[in-house]
Amino acid sequence: MPDAGFVGRALPPTEPYRVGREKVREFALAVGEGASVCHDVDAARAAGHPDLVAPPTFAVTFTMPVMEAFLRDPAFGWDYSRMVHGEQSFTLRRPIHAGDELVTVLHVDDLRTRAGSHFLTLRCEVADTAGEPVLEATAVLVTREAA
Amino acid sequence: MNTGAELPPLSVRVTRADLVRYAGASGDFNPIHWSERIATGVGLPGVVAHGMLTMALAGRLITGWVGDPSAVREYAVRFTRPVVVPDDDEGALLELTGKVAEVAEEPGGERTARVSVTARVDGRTVLGRAHAVVAL
Repeated sequence: MPDAGFVGRALPPTEPYRVGREKVREFALAVGEGASVCHDVDAARAAGHPDLVAPPTFAVTFTMPVMEAFLRDPAFGWDYSRMVHGEQSFTLRRPIHAGDELVTVLHVDDLRTRAGSHFLTLRCEVADTAGEPVLEATAVLVTREAA
Repeated sequence: MNTGAELPPLSVRVTRADLVRYAGASGDFNPIHWSERIATGVGLPGVVAHGMLTMALAGRLITGWVGDPSAVREYAVRFTRPVVVPDDDEGALLELTGKVAEVAEEPGGERTARVSVTARVDGRTVLGRAHAVVAL
């Protein structure tokens, strides 16, 4: 049984995650995003970007591990093995660029139980190292109580 | 650019090789996305695509239409049905369609379009309430 006492809490900020050019290219290739600004630095700069542009869902690569670490904390009591991903949203203040150093703060926004399933809303606030907001990634995760 | 305009449809084939590549690129190594034994062991019909891969592939309908991945301001989906990916050369076929739901001017003066997306496999929807807001 997950501990509802965690709702409203925020975890300490992560160490900065440095967005690598090759990681952006690798991710773009894996999702089939062929836009030149995701692969070609000159094309990205010609379009006014400081470096390669990451595809819109790229933030999963560094926010999912933050969520996973929280969900595996025995103090919270979440059944990670029975979890499914219910919903996901991104609100982007600006695109992620290669070379960015990004800090994530995980917020435990909500926990509800309906018909034997727990619905957990986790929100990752991502900012640069100067504290300027970059994006928010919100996940609704669902787990069923063991029968 | 008008409300109700349809986006050019996109079909994307997803094979087991694509799941392996996405696992590596995203760091999501959950075995339900590569092991038949473990997927069926937890009650799934077989190996399923990462929800986040389906979301990213559906996002290409939007970035391809607007012509710029950096134009996306919001993107949200619900995962309503798993995408089962058989162990063959065809995999699963994800069929994507979209429509402009609204064109608006944001408080900062930026013109945006709200786009709704429908994602189907074998004629059945796999995402719910999928939508994006993009700068025009």
